[in-house]
Amino acid sequence: MTKPTNTTSHEATIADELALNPDHHEHHEHHIPKGMMRWVLTTNHKDIGTLYLWFAFIMFLVGGAMAMVIRAELFQPGLQIVQPNFFNQMTTVHGLIMVFGAVMPAFTGLANWLIPMMIGAPDMALPRMNNWSFWILPFAFAILLGSLFMEGGGPAFGWTFYAPLSTTYSNDSTGLFVFSVHIMGISSIMGAINVIVTIFNMRAPGMTWMKMPLFVWTWLITAFLLIAVMPVLAGAVTMVLTDKFFGTSFFDAAGGGDPVMFQHIFWFFGHPEVYIMILPAFGIISQIVPTFARKPLFGYASMVYATASIALLSFVVWAHHMFTTGMPVYMEMFFMFATMLISVPTGVKVFNWVATMWRGSMTFEVPMMFALAFIVLFTIGGLSGLMLAITPVDFQYHDTYFVVAHFHYVLVTGAIFSIMAAVYYWLPKWTGRMFNITLAKWHFWCSLVSVNVLFFPMHFVGLAGMPRRIPDYSLQFADFNQWISIGGFAFGLSQLIFLALVIQACRKQGEPVSDRVWDGAHGLEWEIPSPAPYHTFETPPVVK
Amino acid sequence: MNRLTNIVLMALGTLTTTSAFTGAIAADSAVKEATTLNLRKGVTDISGQVYDLHMLMFTICVVIAVVVFGAMFISIYLHRRSRGAKPAKFHENVKVEIAWTVVPFLILIFMAFPAAKTLIAMEDTSKPDMTVLVTGSQWKWHYQYMDSDIGFYSLMATQREQIENRYEKGQNYLLEVDRPLVIPTDQKVRFLITSDDVIHSWWVPDFAVKKDANPGFINEAWTKVNEPGLYRGQCAELCGKDHGFMPIVVIAKEPAEFDAWMANQQQIKQEAEAEELRLLAMSMSMDDLMSEGKKVYNAACAACHMPNGEGLKGVFPALKGSQIATEDMQAHLDIVVNGKAGTAMQAFGKMLSLRELAAVVTYERNAWGNNTEEVVQPKDVNAFINGQ
Repeated sequence: MTKPTNTTSHEATIADELALNPDHHEHHEHHIPKGMMRWVLTTNHKDIGTLYLWFAFIMFLVGGAMAMVIRAELFQPGLQIVQPNFFNQMTTVHGLIMVFGAVMPAFTGLANWLIPMMIGAPDMALPRMNNWSFWILPFAFAILLGSLFMEGGGPAFGWTFYAPLSTTYSNDSTGLFVFSVHIMGISSIMGAINVIVTIFNMRAPGMTWMKMPLFVWTWLITAFLLIAVMPVLAGAVTMVLTDKFFGTSFFDAAGGGDPVMFQHIFWFFGHPEVYIMILPAFGIISQIVPTFARKPLFGYASMVYATASIALLSFVVWAHHMFTTGMPVYMEMFFMFATMLISVPTGVKVFNWVATMWRGSMTFEVPMMFALAFIVLFTIGGLSGLMLAITPVDFQYHDTYFVVAHFHYVLVTGAIFSIMAAVYYWLPKWTGRMFNITLAKWHFWCSLVSVNVLFFPMHFVGLAGMPRRIPDYSLQFADFNQWISIGGFAFGLSQLIFLALVIQACRKQGEPVSDRVWDGAHGLEWEIPSPAPYHTFETPPVVK
Repeated sequence: MNRLTNIVLMALGTLTTTSAFTGAIAADSAVKEATTLNLRKGVTDISGQVYDLHMLMFTICVVIAVVVFGAMFISIYLHRRSRGAKPAKFHENVKVEIAWTVVPFLILIFMAFPAAKTLIAMEDTSKPDMTVLVTGSQWKWHYQYMDSDIGFYSLMATQREQIENRYEKGQNYLLEVDRPLVIPTDQKVRFLITSDDVIHSWWVPDFAVKKDANPGFINEAWTKVNEPGLYRGQCAELCGKDHGFMPIVVIAKEPAEFDAWMANQQQIKQEAEAEELRLLAMSMSMDDLMSEGKKVYNAACAACHMPNGEGLKGVFPALKGSQIATEDMQAHLDIVVNGKAGTAMQAFGKMLSLRELAAVVTYERNAWGNNTEEVVQPKDVNAFINGQ
């Protein structure tokens, strides 16, 4: 790989570069506004990446605050703090915010920051659309959160919004819910188109498909999944809208419809959605592990093929969310076997990471600590997923806290831990300074311990028979629920450490770092200066 | 040094979580009763098979976890720079990669056979000895014995005061009902499961039966209980505000005892019908109607319209001071008896007796300052129903 030619001073910050580099203005006929308008009008992939990441972080805290309400109510049996109707709104909006507001925008933010830098492109292919796909998001979530203040409250039917609970039996805020999901979907589709077009057209000379970093590969596949399934979600919410307000009967047997059809449509979106939230995480871990093991990824090609297999299989397993709906037995068997099959490529990934560490020269910087925690805890979530795939046993697990434990292991200690690993890994590249390592370690250890106190006992209460989505429970679950709530509060508080750390980093506190930052890091993003200048690779590098 | 502490702590953290799970399950098998940690074995052949499958899967998962995490921790310990490890250069090895694709696949096939066998047995609802129609509605269950005319609603019996922390909570808090379903042991009982409104899910863990109740469709499940006893379950699908408050209780009796119970139910039913006829000829006093009406209201109506009649703004309408409860009485009777299509308002005509309907309508028209002074008698309700 050659060094890019357009580097400015290593110490230049984004603002410095804008002020000091007059050449910059010759390339762009418009002046970049300062202050607030810079962020509103920006078409720069790094600015938009930052916006996405901050937005995701704020949503993570908002959705987390709702989880705190849930855990406070469940601290003891009986109703203490909120009423059941509001409790249901909290579980619903917590889920929607965490999926569509925290995890997905965080990955899109990472894609914006990293994909152009990793493939040697000057920016995303469609910068104005990029701006728009971000800026409609705050409106989507303002509508969703605003609906909580309507008469009768916001959506209270679970993030899965099963009909007819979400149609005939919901209040009028459903209209706002549908509108906001539509906006989120449009934003995701535009983001996905941008990723695909950028990767297909803007790779630097020599950056062949099988040289692309795995983060780029996993995001490319994720983007195809998004384009395939977000329109299905849009269809589902539209049918809910017309069933509720315009007299159609898609999901109403009295008019010739079928409520179970809703679940088929929803999960045809919903299952690939699960992989949308985990494939980029696989990419991140596949970048971080080789860096700190100082050894190339064991099986690059097999990782790419495994990712593609998972993506393809994700389209034929959706009904494993619906084993209790009353399917014919041969359908149950098909979906059981297809689901079990997914563990093969997923296993390949975990084995690859372990083989990469094997006989490496490992060090344990903060990103690596998060990556290792990811591998162990995600695998626990994956193994409970394998148990859930077994239909006869799933009848017992389904809709209990065992499921809640499973998907929080894959989403919190999976997706979210990978996002934190990514932030710690690339933050020094973004700001040019090393973050506060002491705080970062506090954040890691507090999160690791509390997240297990929070989610591990959920396996037990689930197996013992506690249904999910209930505001009150019988007495035998009281002890574990108290532990779970304590873990929840501690995990919530631990994230404030992260907030403090990121604010410090954005205010340019800390030691300046070298271009490569981590001595074992490889890839184009480590060849450019730290902090990354506002514009990179205006002349494409040549990848050998 | 700092690094070493990190590694040790990290390894310990994971090992304790994994071993806590294993240890907890092992300890649990010693105390089979009152399990709070593991799936229960239940009281049917099927639930026993499901439990065995669960333990098989769990064991396989623990073994996989120990092998994978073991390899990882060995390399974390041995292959780290602070011990002077130099990185090897190897990557890609076709044999290894084929092995770790094929071996998991074989393990899956090994799991698939017993799983498919149990599944086929569970879904075989043919040749039942008796059939019960289970209907969910917000937020109660209705049981109808298909071979007789016995049918009844089953509501949660836990007092509101316990939920609101004003009374001490009983031992079966949230898991007790006013009328449990009664079934015979050693007979194949088939359940036909459906719903009147939203989707519910009928779940009794001891039978390993969980099946969704879909409005407009009928699902099938079955059980054959080996041990007489009382078994508790809950609704398992989010069905609105009081989803957490619709428990299931099933009593399994020896066939002879079950037959005696059934005969007794027939007799009670006949007596109740005679009582209804008697009531049609006489009038009840305002006080009797009001006190009975309050009871009926709290059991059947208060979940939505609230005990104070104020409803939930934007979700469930208020009755206090409402047009329906203070003006045209025929309209009031109509909505109570027939429900309102497209809303959560159910048709109570088929759930409540004439006496109960009369009492609750009288109550609604005179409680919370709705002082219409109007009295509805069972015969008025009867006239309304026959006249429509």
